[in-house]
Amino acid sequence: MSDVVSALRGAKYEGFCKVEEAGLVGMVTLRGDLASKTLAAAVKAATGADMPDICGILAGEKGKVAWMSPDELLLMVDHGAAEQVVSDLSEALSGEHALAVNVSDARAVFHVSGDGAREVVAKLSPADMAALEPGTLRRSRVAQVPAAFHMDEDGMIELVCFRSVATYVFGLLENAARPGSEVGYLT
Amino acid sequence: MSTRLAQGGRLIDRSKAMEFTFNGKRMTGYAGDTLAAALLGAGQTLVGRSFKYHRPRGILASGSEEPNALVHLGEGARFEPDQRVTTTELFDGLTCTSQNHWPSLEFDVGAINNKFSRFLTAGFYYKTFMFPRVAWEKLFEPIVRQSAGLGQVPKERDADRYEHFYAHVDVLVVGGGVAGLAAARSAASTGAKVLLIEQTNHWGGRAVVDGGEIDGMPVEGWVNKAVEELENMANVTIRTRIMGAGVYDHGYATGYERVADHTPGDGRPRHRLWRIRAKQIVTATGAIERPLSFAGNDIPGVMLAGALRDYIVNWGVSAGDRVVVVTNNDDAYRTALAVKAAGLNVPMILDARAEAGGPLADAAREAGIRVEAGKGIAKVHGGKKVTGVSVCAQAGEGASLEEIKCDAVAMSGGWSPVVHLWSHCGGKLIWDVEQAHFRPDPDRAPTSHDGAAFVVTAGSATGALSLADVMADAHAAGKVAGKAAGGKTSSKAAPEVAPETMQPIEPVWVMPQGAGPDKRMKMWLDFQNDVKVSDVQLAAREGYESVEHTKRYTTLGMANDQGKLSNINGLAILSDALSQEIPATGTTTFRPPYNPISFGAIAGEARGELFQPVRQTPMHAWHAEAGAYFEPVGHWYRPYCYPKSGETHEQAVNREVLNTRENLGLLDASTLGKLVVKGPDAGKFLDMMYTNMMSNLAVGKCRYGLMCSENGFLSDDGVVARIDEDTWLCHTTSGGADRIHAWMEDWLQCEWWDWNVYVANVTEQLAQVAVVGPNARKVLEKLNDQAGGGMDLSAEALPFMQWRDGKIGNFDARAYRISFSGELSYEIAVPASQGRAFWDALLDAGGEFGVMPYGTECLHIMRAEKGFIMIGDETDGTVIPQDLGLNWAISKKKEDFMGKRAQSRSHMTDPDRWKLVGLETLDGSVIPDGAYAVGEGVNANGQKNVIGRVTSTYYSPTLKKGIAMGLVKHGPDRMGEVIGFPTVDGSNTVVKAKIVSPVFYDPEGEKQNV
Repeated sequence: MSDVVSALRGAKYEGFCKVEEAGLVGMVTLRGDLASKTLAAAVKAATGADMPDICGILAGEKGKVAWMSPDELLLMVDHGAAEQVVSDLSEALSGEHALAVNVSDARAVFHVSGDGAREVVAKLSPADMAALEPGTLRRSRVAQVPAAFHMDEDGMIELVCFRSVATYVFGLLENAARPGSEVGYLT
Repeated sequence: MSTRLAQGGRLIDRSKAMEFTFNGKRMTGYAGDTLAAALLGAGQTLVGRSFKYHRPRGILASGSEEPNALVHLGEGARFEPDQRVTTTELFDGLTCTSQNHWPSLEFDVGAINNKFSRFLTAGFYYKTFMFPRVAWEKLFEPIVRQSAGLGQVPKERDADRYEHFYAHVDVLVVGGGVAGLAAARSAASTGAKVLLIEQTNHWGGRAVVDGGEIDGMPVEGWVNKAVEELENMANVTIRTRIMGAGVYDHGYATGYERVADHTPGDGRPRHRLWRIRAKQIVTATGAIERPLSFAGNDIPGVMLAGALRDYIVNWGVSAGDRVVVVTNNDDAYRTALAVKAAGLNVPMILDARAEAGGPLADAAREAGIRVEAGKGIAKVHGGKKVTGVSVCAQAGEGASLEEIKCDAVAMSGGWSPVVHLWSHCGGKLIWDVEQAHFRPDPDRAPTSHDGAAFVVTAGSATGALSLADVMADAHAAGKVAGKAAGGKTSSKAAPEVAPETMQPIEPVWVMPQGAGPDKRMKMWLDFQNDVKVSDVQLAAREGYESVEHTKRYTTLGMANDQGKLSNINGLAILSDALSQEIPATGTTTFRPPYNPISFGAIAGEARGELFQPVRQTPMHAWHAEAGAYFEPVGHWYRPYCYPKSGETHEQAVNREVLNTRENLGLLDASTLGKLVVKGPDAGKFLDMMYTNMMSNLAVGKCRYGLMCSENGFLSDDGVVARIDEDTWLCHTTSGGADRIHAWMEDWLQCEWWDWNVYVANVTEQLAQVAVVGPNARKVLEKLNDQAGGGMDLSAEALPFMQWRDGKIGNFDARAYRISFSGELSYEIAVPASQGRAFWDALLDAGGEFGVMPYGTECLHIMRAEKGFIMIGDETDGTVIPQDLGLNWAISKKKEDFMGKRAQSRSHMTDPDRWKLVGLETLDGSVIPDGAYAVGEGVNANGQKNVIGRVTSTYYSPTLKKGIAMGLVKHGPDRMGEVIGFPTVDGSNTVVKAKIVSPVFYDPEGEKQNV
């Protein structure tokens, strides 16, 4: 399939932080009984990752898995693999009540990196960005829209929002990262 | 006259002169000046006019409590009215002008009000309401409007940008005076994460001006050491230029950072609103000096004693060469000594107390200053500036004993703790008789969710007035807050300060105490709003007992300083007039923000393109490039139509309708809500959600469904597709996707939590295109021919109201044979990442079939021609499906569904309910939108009875005439009757329309089913 595009086709901005749209990311919403061993095994098979704790996000060799709610996970995999992950999960979980659905294209993903990346998000989200440790994912908001974000070991923040508001969210991040607006509080 | 002294000024850098203009006049100040200091230093004592009487006004204070000195600051896109000169930092090139006068500050026609002040007393506005209504409308309102408002409204769009910032801390300390520094140190010693904010750009507050020693060093030295210590602590952040603006529930506080007010245009955000979550808040907000009420206390040159001292010590500015000090407490003696130390003259200290003793009075006498006990000011002489005072006995009625020439008066009526932040969230006050002020009652602090206090006061804000008490209190407050925020017990020792001897204050609310009416009419309480002692007394005489009522009646404390200076004095006068104790009167309510903050700071980033999120479909960019005229649908922007060059919107819409009916139209339907519902109980659940049966829908088929609220009213509609044995896909309206998703989750989580159903919102996962018109199948088959897609789109393989998954061209598609237009129609869903390519491919392939995109208005017309209802047009929250003739979509077999019981109630089954019909005008015209049909007779209000209303009305390009749908009383039983819709455009005409079937086009449904 040619011409498969993400919402902003990899838009970039360099302010006091770097903001870029991460392109297409495969994402699968999985709802089910998170205590189920079958489910844990299916998730492991899809991503290589173990089940995360509350508010946790874990990475495996094929993808990441994030805790979203007491009965919901988000699996982040290659964009091209998402449909297969959905059908594998559905098959593995056919014996129990569960829902796996491809939401890759319902989302936009942004990377915020550089010194003060936390501050860029802290201008927009009420979450405690000083307390955001690698391995945890926050479901919160940026300005007026929902967003989820986590930080990797290198201090890069990966932020997920709905695709339809990608332009708005990029605008928010760009505005928050403008040179001269460093707060100097979360460095 | 005020002037810059040859020496002194701890905050200014005399090597850096800065030019500024006031009313066009060039003046010079220094780096470190406030605009107030610079104006006074340049000899500008007259800075504005008061609100009501246009009295000349000078600078009264040195901080945020200043009521008078408000200016228009900046020009053009950086123009802003009501800027307080005492809190404005001077910068090179600053321009400002004075407010509330015409034609000039020196000669103001509005000052005529002063002559009529006897008639402009308390309650003036309310009393004018008592005149005949016409007098208010024609006479008073225009005058009042003309004179209302101090400053002018900015005319240009704000050039600056603003932002928010969220911070989470254990302890927030508000105020960077010595108390705030001490509290931050002790709080930090518990290990707590501390944020200390100070509204000015320097540390130490006024203790540095007042003098004394802490830990054996001068105050300024201790401040520098404390700041250095705090800066080096990992768990502490200290920031200047942030004002604690408000304290709210659960330890939420706002801080107003003036990032670039002093460096306009440097590209930084002008203001930043800090939104702080603190476990504990320490308010080290200091105290504000009260004016004394004597006749002429508003004449420029009369100043608060502490402020006059600040100008000398901080900025090397004198308010005048000869300063008379008048006081009821010890503190003002410090001003007399400071004036003297600056080489200026203090002709007399008037101490209203019967005795003037103690170390400070002794020091004044030693300095050669004449101290008069039991004396006060009978009257200040002067107009636009002070020329002298008449001295009287405080105990008497104001007979002049002596006249003294002077050019400034320093007054002190005592100090009131700044209790605002403490009070914002419910902290209570007690009246301290000995110190004559309200102070926070530590036993009744603002409490959080757990009932525990989350605000503690420190230093003068607690009511401590000596340096020793301030430091001990602040140190303890910091420890309490740190501990309460989860810190460890700290053994850090308190700063050491030697105790001092102070003589008690004697409350003085009127000077002299027996002043007659003439004097009381010249004693200002609220300097900005022109409220005098006589006004408050008049209010009391007229029956105002509540302090809140008196405030509104007299406008006391309603100016933009919010009564920082006038509040306590005013309520003391009211208490006296009501013959009750001050605590019985109480205070007015303290509300955030502490001082006005900019609208920009409140809005933050939400302006221009970021004002509101706009939702865009994967094809949005194409629409924009094609020149689409957009309309908002929910937060989506959808093309209303695609006007070609020279076309009106109406012409474009008509073209799109005809082309779709005759050739091929494409609609971006991606905004349509799409909810996946899955689980063993999903069928049962959907049978409850929809009025019709969904559990028996066959896999591969579609069914149109209605959703009602539990009150029976039609809430949403859409096509439901059965995907597999336990999965359904529910389409909702574009605006309804999130609402219906939440509605489903609500029932599943709160009511039927034991049902095994999961819902996922996949609205944005899919780009959806309605491919509509006689050539719809051809274009899709052409895509298949071109790229070898495998989906069979024939009428046999994919009949009406069915769906299939497969490849169309090389796109991953789900095709629905559904029609909202009455034409042959496919709605094709592809992954959003393929949406734009699919749209492009359809346009490309559709050339030979006459393809044109169409917008929402075309969609609306085509559905109206078919008599299809639209949620939000035919429904308004009061309409049930039965009103719309949708009984066929309401299951009679089902035991229950949402709204079933409500729809059986008597009002819902009333045969008189207005019902849906089609309307065809006799002359072919279009009935105005929202028009009502009138019947016989009039109602109780003498209005014509109405018998129906239009819900949708359009010009039908297909039928070449106006068509409409409407709800009409007994409508379906009156087919063929003509009813009238009076117009409201002033033409006094009535549009006559015949009641017909709502299905205007292809009633047999032959076109869509081919």
